[in-house]
Amino acid sequence: MPVNGALSGLVIGLSLLVGVWALVEALRDRAPGRGHLIGLGLVEVALIALLISAAVAASGGDRPASAVTFLGYVVTIICLPPLGYVLAKLEPTRWGSVIILVVCLTVPVLVLRLQQTWQVVTSG
Amino acid sequence: MAEQTAPRTLGTGPGRVLIAVYGIFALSASGRAVVQIASKFTEAPLAYLLSAIAAAVYIVATVALAKGGETWRRVALVSCSIELAGVLAVGLLTVFDAAAFPDDTVWTDFGRGYGYVPLILPVIGLLWPRHAGKRRTAA
Repeated sequence: MPVNGALSGLVIGLSLLVGVWALVEALRDRAPGRGHLIGLGLVEVALIALLISAAVAASGGDRPASAVTFLGYVVTIICLPPLGYVLAKLEPTRWGSVIILVVCLTVPVLVLRLQQTWQVVTSG
Repeated sequence: MAEQTAPRTLGTGPGRVLIAVYGIFALSASGRAVVQIASKFTEAPLAYLLSAIAAAVYIVATVALAKGGETWRRVALVSCSIELAGVLAVGLLTVFDAAAFPDDTVWTDFGRGYGYVPLILPVIGLLWPRHAGKRRTAA
């Protein structure tokens, strides 16, 4: 199950790390800095790597139970870091840091959901 | 001066966080609705139609909060009200008449599958424009 491997651990870990960092900045009443935006970019790159590995596995026969559901989550999750990036850039205050925090907490939840859609197939 | 800042206050500061959360919900609710309707609409048409309506309401609320201004502020209030009514009605229905909803929507069990955020979000969505309005008149 590619979505359960090291790559999804990396996505979750990276995302939570950027999220905690954004929380610290928000509590210190600071706007997100370049580092946060780069962090969001890294999360996106890791996400894309994860999805490519999932696509490779799928073409090899290891598929999620419902490809449509899986795709639905993929589209949602891939849009999140860019959404956070754009909104955080528009909001150069502590609230921009809160936006990054929200996005970085949502990504791990969606990765876990993504794993659930894959697990159905291996059990059934 | 007040006219110029009016569209800004609604969608800035904490308001922008609200836009982000609404945007995430608009995205995931649309995703869910498209998947359900495309793959298994006949299984639970009522639930899936409701998913689509919920998604549409989230999209309208997101746009309205982002646009700001007096008209969009009213649109935001209406869409957040529909949302609150929806999550309460569907929440009650799913608790007392689960058979009516054989499959989940964003609003099932008061949004339990989404950490009850769908229940809290419209309340904040209704209170925030009022607060932002006060802030504007104070400024």
